Amino acid sequence: MTAASMSLGRRAEVRLSRGRQLALLIGLWAVLYLIFNGKLTLAHSDDAPLFQSLNGVRDWIDANRTSLPLFVYVLDPIRDGIGWLIDALTWVFSNFSWLGVTAIFGAMGLVFVGWRTAILVVGAFVAFGLLSLWDQAIQTLVLILVAVVMSLAIGIPLGIVAGRSDRFLKVITPILDVMQIMPTFAYLSPLTLVFLIGPPAATIATLIYALPPAIRITALGIRGVSSEAVEAAESLGSTGFQVLRKVQLPMARSTIGLAVNQTIMMALSMVVITALINAPGLGESIIQALIKLNLGQTFDAGVAIVLLAMVLDRLTASASKVSDRRHRGLDAVSQVRRRTLVIGTWLAAAIVVVGAALLAIPQSFPADITVDLASPINSIGDWIETNLYVVTGGIKDLFSEWILNPLQTVLTSSPWPLVIIMAAGIAWIISGRRAAIAAAIALLLVVGLQLWEHSMETLALVIIAVAVTMLIGIGLGVAAARSNLFSAIIRPINDAAQTMPAFVYLLPAVALFGATRFTGILAAVIYAVPAVVRLVEDGVRGVSPTVIEAATAAGSSRLQMIFKVQLPMARRSLLLATNQGVVLVLAMVVVAGLVGAGALGYDVVAGFAQFNDFGKGMAAAISIVLLGVLLDRITQGAGARTTTASAARTARAFFSARAVGVS
Amino acid sequence: MTGSSVTPGMPARGAVEPTISVRGLWKIFGPAEHRIVGTPDALLPTAELQLKTGTTVAVRDVTFDVAHGEVFVVMGLSGSGKSTLVRCLTRLIEPTAGEVFLDGEDIGKADAQRLRELRRRRFAMVFQHFGLLPHRKVIDNVAYGLEIRGVGRAERHARAGEMLELVGLGGYDRRYPDQLSGGQQQRVGLARALAVDPEVMLFDEPFSALDPLIRRDMQNEVIRLHREVGKTMIFITHDLAEALKLGDHIVIMRNGSIVQAGRPEDLVGAPADDYVADFVRDVPKSHVLTLRWAMRPIGPDDPTDGPEFPPGTVIRSAIHAAASTTKPIRVIEDGRLLGVVDQAHILAVIAGAEAPV
Repeated sequence: MTAASMSLGRRAEVRLSRGRQLALLIGLWAVLYLIFNGKLTLAHSDDAPLFQSLNGVRDWIDANRTSLPLFVYVLDPIRDGIGWLIDALTWVFSNFSWLGVTAIFGAMGLVFVGWRTAILVVGAFVAFGLLSLWDQAIQTLVLILVAVVMSLAIGIPLGIVAGRSDRFLKVITPILDVMQIMPTFAYLSPLTLVFLIGPPAATIATLIYALPPAIRITALGIRGVSSEAVEAAESLGSTGFQVLRKVQLPMARSTIGLAVNQTIMMALSMVVITALINAPGLGESIIQALIKLNLGQTFDAGVAIVLLAMVLDRLTASASKVSDRRHRGLDAVSQVRRRTLVIGTWLAAAIVVVGAALLAIPQSFPADITVDLASPINSIGDWIETNLYVVTGGIKDLFSEWILNPLQTVLTSSPWPLVIIMAAGIAWIISGRRAAIAAAIALLLVVGLQLWEHSMETLALVIIAVAVTMLIGIGLGVAAARSNLFSAIIRPINDAAQTMPAFVYLLPAVALFGATRFTGILAAVIYAVPAVVRLVEDGVRGVSPTVIEAATAAGSSRLQMIFKVQLPMARRSLLLATNQGVVLVLAMVVVAGLVGAGALGYDVVAGFAQFNDFGKGMAAAISIVLLGVLLDRITQGAGARTTTASAARTARAFFSARAVGVS
Repeated sequence: MTGSSVTPGMPARGAVEPTISVRGLWKIFGPAEHRIVGTPDALLPTAELQLKTGTTVAVRDVTFDVAHGEVFVVMGLSGSGKSTLVRCLTRLIEPTAGEVFLDGEDIGKADAQRLRELRRRRFAMVFQHFGLLPHRKVIDNVAYGLEIRGVGRAERHARAGEMLELVGLGGYDRRYPDQLSGGQQQRVGLARALAVDPEVMLFDEPFSALDPLIRRDMQNEVIRLHREVGKTMIFITHDLAEALKLGDHIVIMRNGSIVQAGRPEDLVGAPADDYVADFVRDVPKSHVLTLRWAMRPIGPDDPTDGPEFPPGTVIRSAIHAAASTTKPIRVIEDGRLLGVVDQAHILAVIAGAEAPV
């Protein structure tokens, strides 16, 4: 008891001084900046020697691709195999008319979930046609299916092993941690080096990106099985395999269903981005339109992606819930009725498929039936540009001039050793010695990658976006935690928001602010806020009601309650939310490089597009990962929290929130 | 209270081979698990050892025998190591040191295959929170043990159906566990254990999660089943009343060690130390102490025509007879006179006197 109260006292003492330490450190930075600014800076060069040598590596690989055994016997067969799978599935789809495909997916909606989902599915597929995006939607769907099947084929077995073996979990957790803080862009460059560009490389990038949740959630599900049930089965002499097959897998079934659902959603968000390495489909449409800044076209493709996301989410989220539980309560009559419905639905779908084939209904949706959304959207965009520019331009300029530019200037024109020392100092104060070391190493490596200036520009964007995200996220999260009504309103919006691929978030930002750095910040904020809101709400709601009651009894005002009780007690959730916010913001800021946010994100994209910029793009991708590590370590939080524990908690908080939202 | 004042486990009773025999069993959790037993550290009290080595002793040098067909109760408060102990018997938890014999076979030496065989046919366990499989119907839960050893569907369902009848759940076979009450779920747990026709049934606080009325029903159910099927039962509980009600023999555990072992009347009549005495203080002695416990050798002047009772009779049951005569009660077993019990003595027991004269 005394030990506990002592450590409590010690912690309070540390926390008190921690804020002051930070203020002191930043003050020190300001003073040193005034003295030393402009010295020891690292200006950007597009032709840094490292970039040239990376280009050289690429050239060497390209030249020897046909003779290196690793390529000839391992990597190329993998690529060819995946390419073959994609072609095969594309061929299967090509044998059905658009009507047939719609009927089959509609039937899946009706059988797996219910008539409302069936209507959504049919509506979505018709909409793909009306938006003239039928072929693109099917291409995207094919890539997702191949990537997801492979992801699950690898991820579920690994998840099962991780669920049953503590040692394996310990080995795999840090790997998964790193995979999950890697922004989507960072995967692409190294992959193109090995697998070239095109659909197979895109599928591999997607399957790698979608793998961590498949492994994590499966492991979580296996570990969530009541230990007493497992013990009971063991006490009766079950073999390890019998425990797995008869106890753990059936009892983890709905969690594994969630793993499938999450894997699909991750795959969707990645597959859109792989358009940058020449994957066909909706991503291609959106990127072409984004580059042309054709708002209407991006909107069409955006709507199609959102619809596809909804279809895949509904089909799999609810399908995982339909276990034997749903049928067990049914009497014989309802069981017969259910069976009739299932058989009838499939029969009807089959009749549509065959009928459409007999009537020679084309594979693609008729091109002459379309809905023109692009033009009206473009005119709205024009209207915003001409009429709201005073407002949006004003906000943008104010923000850029007073916040963004000063921060970027400080970061880029401080001597680089000073930045590293300060970053390490901040990491030390917030998260301890190991975080400080990690931060310093990460930044030193960035120096080595010769992308210091661009990295600092990206960092400035991220810092500002995170600050804004946390302000909004905490505000909304606290409000949602304190008002059930507000929570009920905001939850479904959050759920929908969390299923959307990152690109979709660029659209409203571009619509309002054109292609600028500010757009990147706005998109990142929109992208990251839902997750933060959810974690903050859960944290504040998790504060013990007894404490709230005690504080109320002591006569706390509403603000006192929030700032003296709820937020301090939800500190851990706030840290977790910051950590998540940082990871999401970084991912989005980088993607926003496409639409004017520049810096590292642009370098990566240029690396795909320009033959001579490959090396720079590769270095930028690694720099992004290093920035991710830096920010993740700094926001890990202090104390005994290990990365493993915090990552597990993140996953659990995030996915259980999803599970609740889905049901 | 340290390890040094531990009462040694019960000696083997008579010449009959015990069904279960436990010798010098240890279970230590922590990094230094295998570096404690046999060293001076092993003599340290649990708390000191924890500080010094970061290990926790859950079971400390435990020895006892369980006779065929008896109900053997292990009683202790939470953290006393009793649940760990019962799991060590079938190596659900691997013991750190010591031996466990089932009918003379050293279970510690069994390989994975043999251990599975033992668990499938010789032991069955009933759990505190039932440990039922929620995705299976009641009948398939009961049949689980038969299923995994390869019994065909029809046969195992027939057997499971019989077991459900036996525990009073006939007609519930097609329900799912979450459609049953707690008491009913534990009956399913009981039926599941019975279905494999084990030699030894292990109960790990099976009724702790049930409310008091249901608990009493279930205790009576166990007594009835014990009478009908005659299995050897090892029963873990933290409830002294339950221990006294069910146990032929009882051991009391504290901090992983056995504090006292004996028949219920030994514990209540002659607590080994203050810890046990504190436990049994509120137990009405006349409900537990038997005539065997209270009797004295017959003297030359004792009348030999007093009422007759077998030695296992609890004193409460003899009060009526004792009150209607002035002669001492005669304790008779197999026609042999073992001793007599005076009225004064019976009154002393009822009044709560500690020990026989």
